[in-house]
Formats: sequence, C-alpha cells, structure tokens
Amino acid sequence: MARLTVNGVVREVDAEPDTPLLWVIREQIGLTGTKYGCGIAQCGACTVHVDGAAVRACSLPLSAIEPGQKIVTIEGLAPGADHPVQRAWAQLDVPQCGFCQPGMIMASAALLAQTPNPSEQQIRAEITNICRCGTYNRVLAGIKLAAEGGRPGRG
Amino acid sequence: MGVTARSSRPSRRSLLGGAAAGIFTLGFHIPLPAPADAATLGAAPVAPEVNAWVVVRPDETVVIRIARSEMGQGTLTGLAQLVAEELGCDWARVTTEYPTPGQNLARKRVWGDYSTGGSRGIRESNEYVRKGGAAARMMLVAAAAKGWGVPAEACRAEKGVITHAASGRSTTYGAVAGAAAKMEPPKDVVLKDPKDWTIAGQPLKRLDTLAKLDGSQVYGLDIQLPNLLNAAIRDCPVVGGTVKSFDAKAVAGMPGVRRVLQVGDSAVAVVADTFWRAKTALDALPITWDEGPNAAVSSQTIAATLREGLDAEQAFIGNKAGDVAGALKGAAKVVEAVYGVPFQNHATLEPMNATALWTPERCEVWTPTQNGEAALAATAEAAGLPATQCDVYKIHLGGGFGRRGATHDWVHQVVLIAKEMPGTPIKLIWTREEDMTHGRYHPVTQCRLRAALDEKGALTGLHMRISGQSILAAIAPQRMVDGRDPVTFQGLNPGGPEAAIGYTIPNLLVDHAMRNPHIIPGFWRGVNLNPNAIYLECFMDELAHAAGQDPLDFRLKLMGNHPKHRAVLEAVAERIGWRTAPPAGVFRGLCQTMGFGSYVAGAAEVSVSDAGDLTIHRIVAATDPGHAVNPQQIDAQVAGSFVYGLSAALYGECTVKDGRIEQTNFDTYPVMRLDAMPAVEAILMPSGGFWGGVGEPTIAVAAPAVLNAVFAATGKRVRQLPLRNTDLRRA
Ligand code: FES
Ligand code: FES
Repeated sequence: MARLTVNGVVREVDAEPDTPLLWVIREQIGLTGTKYGCGIAQCGACTVHVDGAAVRACSLPLSAIEPGQKIVTIEGLAPGADHPVQRAWAQLDVPQCGFCQPGMIMASAALLAQTPNPSEQQIRAEITNICRCGTYNRVLAGIKLAAEGGRPGRG
Repeated sequence: MGVTARSSRPSRRSLLGGAAAGIFTLGFHIPLPAPADAATLGAAPVAPEVNAWVVVRPDETVVIRIARSEMGQGTLTGLAQLVAEELGCDWARVTTEYPTPGQNLARKRVWGDYSTGGSRGIRESNEYVRKGGAAARMMLVAAAAKGWGVPAEACRAEKGVITHAASGRSTTYGAVAGAAAKMEPPKDVVLKDPKDWTIAGQPLKRLDTLAKLDGSQVYGLDIQLPNLLNAAIRDCPVVGGTVKSFDAKAVAGMPGVRRVLQVGDSAVAVVADTFWRAKTALDALPITWDEGPNAAVSSQTIAATLREGLDAEQAFIGNKAGDVAGALKGAAKVVEAVYGVPFQNHATLEPMNATALWTPERCEVWTPTQNGEAALAATAEAAGLPATQCDVYKIHLGGGFGRRGATHDWVHQVVLIAKEMPGTPIKLIWTREEDMTHGRYHPVTQCRLRAALDEKGALTGLHMRISGQSILAAIAPQRMVDGRDPVTFQGLNPGGPEAAIGYTIPNLLVDHAMRNPHIIPGFWRGVNLNPNAIYLECFMDELAHAAGQDPLDFRLKLMGNHPKHRAVLEAVAERIGWRTAPPAGVFRGLCQTMGFGSYVAGAAEVSVSDAGDLTIHRIVAATDPGHAVNPQQIDAQVAGSFVYGLSAALYGECTVKDGRIEQTNFDTYPVMRLDAMPAVEAILMPSGGFWGGVGEPTIAVAAPAVLNAVFAATGKRVRQLPLRNTDLRRA
C-alpha cells in the first residue's frame, strides 16, 4: 500500500510500485480527468502538479513519489473550476474535442505559477502539449488572458 | 414516448462524482446497462417530447436531440442553434442529448443519418433539423391557442413564451409541452429566412465547454460500470497476418489478470482488473504470428508500384476536356513534375476504445463514434445478435478526423472479448502504439502532371495522372462506380456542388491508375482533397514561374468561369497583401480549391533561415460555405484544420517495413505543437444559396500555400511530402 496526497486528500493505493502515476490516478483513485494520450511523456495529456510543478504522470512511477508530496489533478486545480486559466479558457471557448485540455490547463497553470507574466516566446517554448484539434492559438490567447487575471464569469 | 427511456436512472456523471450541472452543462446521460427485464423503449418519460427533436421539461429546459457526433468540431452547438432558431426557445435553457442508434432503428430512422464525416453534420441535415424545430414550435403554439380557444395564428412565440396579444395572455413552452405532444404534427412547415436568424448564424459560445475545463467531461476512455474489467489488445503487426500461437500460462499469474484470449484470427487480448495490469501482462505475453505474404511489402515496393501506375495504359477518368495529347504535342513548352504524399495516421489524441456488455439476449456498447448506426451494425455483427437486441451509447469523442466513422474495428474487437465473458462489462483501450500501427491511413498516392504552355505562356493543356490507393475500394466498395473511385478526384471534378476544379483548361485529362497496397486506408480529415490541392496548386505555381508570370495573375486568367473560386482567392490575396512587397526575408504563396461543398483559398507568409529552418508567420484562409451557422466555431475549425494539415505536410509520414507501419508513437510521428503554430486569419464570406462544410475544406489549402511560399523563399520545390525530408538550406 502506498500513500498519496491527491487534491488534498490522503489516499491508500494498492498498485505495483512501477505503475505510472497516471494509471494510479485514473484506476486506483478513480479521477479520470487526467488523460492518457501516449504513455511516453510526448503529449502532455496526463499533466498533473506534483508540489506545484507540472509533471507528465504517464512516465512517473508510483515509487518515485515521496511521502508528503502534494499531487493536484485537474479536478482539484481550483474549487468551482475558478482558476484564472479555467476562467480564461471559458471566456475564449478554448477546447475543441477537449481531450488534451486537462493537460493543457495544468501545464498552463504551472507555467503561470512560475512565470506570472510570460512572454509569447516563453509560452511557445514551455507549452509543449499536443492538441490534435489545433487549439494552439486559443491556448496562447488564454494564457495571456489568464496572466492578466482573466475577467470574471463567462460570456 | 420518451427517448431517454432511462433518464430517471442515475447518470454516470453523478456516479463519477463529476461537476455540478449548470444550465450550460450538457445533459448527456451515460446510461447504465439495462436490467435484463427492462423495457428499453417506451418506458415512461420524464418529460414529454413535443416531437422527435425537442423535449421541453416543466422547468423550461429545452432538450434538443442531436443525431450527429460531437468530436470537437462544434456540430452539437451548431445543430442545436438551428433547431433552437426555428423553435423560438430561450438559448440559455438549451441542453442536448444523443438519441441512441438503437432508438433510431426502432423509430424508423426518425433522426436520419448518424454519420458525422465529410463535413456533413450541418450541411446535410440542416433542413430537417430546422423543420423539426419549426414543427415543435407550431405544435406548442397550437396547444396554447387551443387552451385559450383562440386561433393559433393570433399567437406568437418568442424565447419560449407564447403570447396572445389581443387578450394579453401568455404561457410558456414548459407549461404546454404535454398538450403540444398530443397535437397533430403540422403538414406544412415554413422555415425562416436565414437573414432573420437571431440564434443560428451567431457566434455563440459552445454548449460543451465547461465540462471540458474541470475534468468532468466523460470520454470513452473514462467509462466506469459496476464490475467492469479492462482489456489490452495486440493485433498482428502485419495487416492480413494471423495469430499462430501464444503462451497464456506465461502471464496468467501476473497481478490482476483474469483472462488471456485470442480475438478473431489476428489478435490477442489480456483482460485484467485494471488497464495498466492488462497492458503489462500483454507486453510480457509471448505471441508468434503468421505474418503472411504482406510481410514482404515496404515503402520502397509500394513506391515502385505507384511509379509504374504513372505510366500505365489503363486508368479511370475523372475529368476530360478537349485533346490533351494533341495540346502537349503542339506546345511551345511542356512542363512536367511528379509529386507524392505518404500514409498518415489520424492520431486522435484519445486512442481507440470501447466498452461492451454482452449477454445471450443483448449487447450494449459505449464508444466514441462518428457514426452510431455503423457502430451498431458492427456491434450486432460481432455479437451474433439482431440489431434490435443491441444498442450503442455514443460518448464524446477525443478527436475523430475520420478514424471513428467508416470502420469500427475496435468495436468488433471489444464485442468479441465481451462475448467470451458474458455479463461482465469489458473496456478495451488501445495503446498509442496499437493505434499508430493499426490505423486507417490517409491513402498513399503519387501524381504526374504534364502541362502545355503556348508561346505567350498560356496554359493550353494539362494531364494529371494520379497513381495510388483508393479508399472506397478498401472500405466501401459498394460506393465505387463501375470500378472507379470518385473520391479520388475530389477538387478536380468538372463541375457539381461538391468539389469542382476552379480553372477552365481547354485540354484537360485527370485520371487515376488504382494501385492498392495492403495497408488499409480511410477517410482522413480532408480526404483526397489534400493531395489533390497540393498536386494542382503547387504545379500551378510551377507553371506560373515557367511562364514568367505572377502566380496570382496566372491563375486568375483561368478562372473567368469560376467566380466563387476566384472570389476566395482574391480575398486571401488582398488580405495577405499580395500586390505589395512583403517584409524583408518574408515570402508568400497562395492557392485555392473547392471541396465538401465549400470554396476555399489560402495564403501564407514564411521565412527560411540560413540553417534551413522554416517559420510560418501567418496564414490567411477564406471560406465560402454558402451559409455560416456559427462564425466563431468556423474560425476555430479553420485554425484547427491548419494544424492538422500542416502537421502532415511538414512532419507526418507513416512508412512501411516488413509489411508493418514503422512509426509507433508521437516521438516517431511528430505533429505540430504550439511553438510552430502560425497566426491564422480566417475570412468567412458566405455568399448564400448553398450549404458547404467547414470542418475539412481549409485543411487542403494550408500545405500548398506554405509549399509555394517555401519555393519563393528558397527556390526549392518540395514535391515529396513531408517537407522535413527536404534540406531547405540555400544551395
Ligand atoms: S500520456 Fe503522458 S505525456 Fe502523453
Ligand atoms: S481539443 Fe482535441 S486534442 Fe486538443
């Protein structure tokens, strides 16, 4: 049994130590907002925060998580989905199919936590998640809007 | 009769502990499996349906039924806008649901065609869905009028409120919905003139955004059912090969493993309590394959077959005018070039998946599909049950792009597995590796173009010989016409409302030598319009240069009879500033085509560094789709289509070695990311009078516009895609 702190809740999980954190989150804990897209740290669909930093959970084995590390998934990013990134996303209607978006949002939130006012250059370099629907320009606009604090509410 | 016969049952959303439902949240129920004795159709509805398209709940929520599939393209919102427009309801109270294909079958296809592809969602169904909305409005008004004892014509409806001005009375849709359901459906339904639209045609927010922001949107990958087990599968890496043997005992004792089984002739699956354990055991499972004769095929052997087709005697004719051979013989100058495109994988970000529950009496499947009816047919066939004893619950797609429409190979697989474990729901997820190597690929073709120019540099003749794969021959042979695949000629047809060539060339021959390798092709967003636009529009650029003319002027001379093609081309030329000098170091290219009923043109600005690195600064696209239902969604579709088209043109290539696809994941099949994304400007110029698609046509103009700009920048013609195989450093 491993002990994980996910979205502020301590969970006992029963999984082999080499199980990727992604599948522990999805299958043992049952939070399915974090997605599987490639399994080899290429696409970013599985992005979660570990102690505030964006990590690709598909390539992080359960055994690599230290006791006490805080894991945050898309479900726990902000109460009421009220994170500035989520507000900006709603305002700009960023998602298309939406499958990449939990990862995009988590990566963007971590970027802004680290660099509150990123330049366009920094955003392009830092956000390497794959979106096959092609929402990139709205993602770019969304991060800029969120950096300005976003405007309250939707539409 | 209510269509959501089980809507009183708990939804998956609540079972998953998902987000709070707001009025903008989708009202999709992901139904639990039916108890064996449930009457699945005709059970007591929660709220009466006014007609097949519209349910109004007592709380005034309007449920609009959508037959097509939402895969990110916004068709759900667009179709709901059309129904709501005619219904005259309050848009803020609109929610949507998918009637199941089984219900459609039971109700004699009252919702029509479920297939979502070919950019058809809106253009083919707009009339009957609008009529559905209008008929419901007339029945609601008639019910109110009857209650008041006044003529229906004296009443009006707006935003879900019906008023009788003369007596000052008013009521709501929700209050009269029950009575309306009992009214005779009207015989004559008059639709609004699009110029009077207030909901349709507006840049409204999507209905499905909020659930996509907090992880609560349920995709096929996320389906959870009581007692569900997970399956991982490996199909023979060589199409046409079969399973020779596998050693189930070697993995039977691994954690969580419940079952190791062969699926059909060619695949092996492991069923376990979790997907990760199923996949881990499958990776450890010794399997030997009988790869069959296709194991000898490679990209090189395929290319040789296609090259032979470029010169073959026999070819199917797609477009013919005048005498090309004569024109070439009498030409002042003959220009010739050979182009080619490789296989492409759809690479939807959500890999193929489905969940199935089989019992001897009934089979139910939960899956993301672009065509619920085809998924139902695949379910029934694999289940060995009549379709009336099966159903499919459509789940939001994590991308479709054509992969999840025409063939339902993964549905077949999951049902075969579930059939071996009656009563247990089985969720099958393909790994990315399985998805990459068992796609339905963009077909491989080559094209030789030969053109005749006269002494003034005018184009007098053109022969386009396409050699290569036919999609229809592989997956829809019933749609072939006398052995010919009409889809091959997309964008090159002599006329018609769908995909006509935009030039008048006095002597023209477009023909197709069909050469079909064993790799299975499929409809890949943009389909054959993509290569055809590259072939013709890059070659047009070559001809303009050979004739010493400006590429825009050269084209315009041939477009006198094609005013709509011409209008979009002139629009992008104007916006990109074609007649003015670009900034230093920046070069331009442009192109136009027609497909999926829409006229499209593109123009790009690029630069190429001394090291040969390409930067695409800006792309302008113009679309004339006839009518525009939601301009904001069209804008997103255009930008998205560029990402998809440019990913293929710049990086994408599936190669074949020893009969199998070599690329297995995004490390070897790179796609466009944010760092390479250009600014996109979409010009929407609906000229009215027809309904064209918007999900696909613009994809075809991204690549030729960029390739023509690359030539302007470097003097290098990229004729074999993807572009990354060409060294762009100046010689
Ligand atoms: S699933 Fe982890 S990066 Fe793709
Ligand atoms: S929105 Fe579909 S993959 Fe990004």
